[in-house]
Amino acid sequence: MEAVRFENTKFSYRDDGKDPAVNGVSLAIEEGEFVAVLGRNGSGKSTLAKLVNALLVPSSGKVFVCGMDTSDEKLAFEIRKSAGMVFQNPDNQTVASIVEDDVAFGPENIGLPREEIGRRIEFALDAVGMQAFRHSAPARLSGGQKQRIAIAGVLAILPKIMILDESTAMLDPKGRREVMEVIKKLNRERGMTVILITHFMDEALQADRAIVMHRGEAVMDGAPEEIFARSDELEMYNLTLPRAAYVCKKLQDAGMPVKNAFTAEELAEAICASLQRG
Amino acid sequence: MLNDVTFGQYYPAKSFVHSMDPRAKIVFVIAYIVAVFLAGNFFGLAAVTLFLVIIVAASRVPFGRVLRSVKMILFLIIFTAILNLFFYSSDVDHLIWQWGIIAISWEAIINMVFLAMRLFLLVMGTSVLTLTTTPVALTDGIESLLKPLKYIKFPVHELALIMSIALRFIPTLTDETNRIISAQKARGADFETGGLIRRAKAMIPVLVPLLVSAFRRAEDLGDAMDARCYSGAKGRTKYKKLTFTWRDLVGLLLFAALIAGVVLLNMYFGGKFAVFDWIAGNFFVG
Repeated sequence: MEAVRFENTKFSYRDDGKDPAVNGVSLAIEEGEFVAVLGRNGSGKSTLAKLVNALLVPSSGKVFVCGMDTSDEKLAFEIRKSAGMVFQNPDNQTVASIVEDDVAFGPENIGLPREEIGRRIEFALDAVGMQAFRHSAPARLSGGQKQRIAIAGVLAILPKIMILDESTAMLDPKGRREVMEVIKKLNRERGMTVILITHFMDEALQADRAIVMHRGEAVMDGAPEEIFARSDELEMYNLTLPRAAYVCKKLQDAGMPVKNAFTAEELAEAICASLQRG
Repeated sequence: MLNDVTFGQYYPAKSFVHSMDPRAKIVFVIAYIVAVFLAGNFFGLAAVTLFLVIIVAASRVPFGRVLRSVKMILFLIIFTAILNLFFYSSDVDHLIWQWGIIAISWEAIINMVFLAMRLFLLVMGTSVLTLTTTPVALTDGIESLLKPLKYIKFPVHELALIMSIALRFIPTLTDETNRIISAQKARGADFETGGLIRRAKAMIPVLVPLLVSAFRRAEDLGDAMDARCYSGAKGRTKYKKLTFTWRDLVGLLLFAALIAGVVLLNMYFGGKFAVFDWIAGNFFVG
């Protein structure tokens, strides 16, 4: 089943509809998919994310979330229940001074009974590995921990789709790793549809599918390996290859017969194989 | 960084007073204030003092910590005391010294001591509330107590949410302020020298970026709340529930006893100047 569907979606922040941030995007995301959306600053990738969550409504065209039209105001509540969103700055999305109160915020909003909210908090904190911090103050946690709490806050609503709008951008490498582990686990074990907006190419490698945005259009769409193999095109959109893939390409350019590799491990193996052959 | 500073003066501990219902504590503080004002003589004030000592002991907050809360208004207490000492003029019988309109009498001295004690007790008693209740619990308590106002369309839930979000953002904005101050210092800003006006002016380059960033944060927070299905008080449930316990019942009985005691002491011993009659009756018999 389709989780999200864009039909020739356009969106402009201006009233006259000029310089659209998203300009005629048509694509479908299947349930259970892990999609990375790439693009440089101002490419329209964050706008795309907000269109899914009905925080923004397309100027023209349609967006469907689990079959619901986001331009129907009456459906906004249901859409947000189905598609949760985690933002960039962990400090700006926490509403309460205690972790469990913050996780409870979403379930409270959808009017669940108390016992159920308690169970949801337990479940969500368990899923992100933060049970030990249930009674802590978010202000004292690390960036990665805060972002995991933010994910838990969204999880507690039990959405089918999780959108992460550059949620790792402000984190240190350790925090980034923590958050990526949680996201991958949710996708693998719970079949959650994940839309990961990012400008870190290494993160995109962990997805099933990568979409490249450029000036409001989805210009590339395919498996991450396939996308990164088209490095000349990527350069046109001001994107760089993941580091290992970049080294690999340089080796190939210099005449070394290594196979395409995208991660450090793959590259090491490719180089070994090539050395053994040669 | 200031990250570890909790807002207000909450003193974390596990005690009888800490685990009372915040709603009950707010009501009790009001009852306590009433008792302090009802007390008409020194016996009444002594009763209130004794009561306060018991409460502080039950709260396991060090006594020095409670006394520290008086420090902030010590100046005010001394100031009013001095004014009272020199300018007290109604029904004076025991004059000591006079110069124009300035006069010192035994009545003025008694009145001064009485007022200072009253202020002292007021501040100490109310600070027990903030020392033993977290700001979050206080907000919950206020929201719950104001609930009846919903019927006159008063936005109780919104007010409580605003208060709790404000509390939640204090550490964040404190960090931000420190960051901005450092950034401005690195560019040669001077916050330490000069008079009051100059120093106040030096804060402008700190306040402007702080305000701008606060607005940006507010917008982000609004989006994040929308994304988590927030749609006002309607159809919303609450996870944390406040419950009255036996502790609150004990508190209720104690405070009722305090007020009754103060009223009885008033009736039995008379006003604060009755002390003259008492001294006259005991030491200058005949």
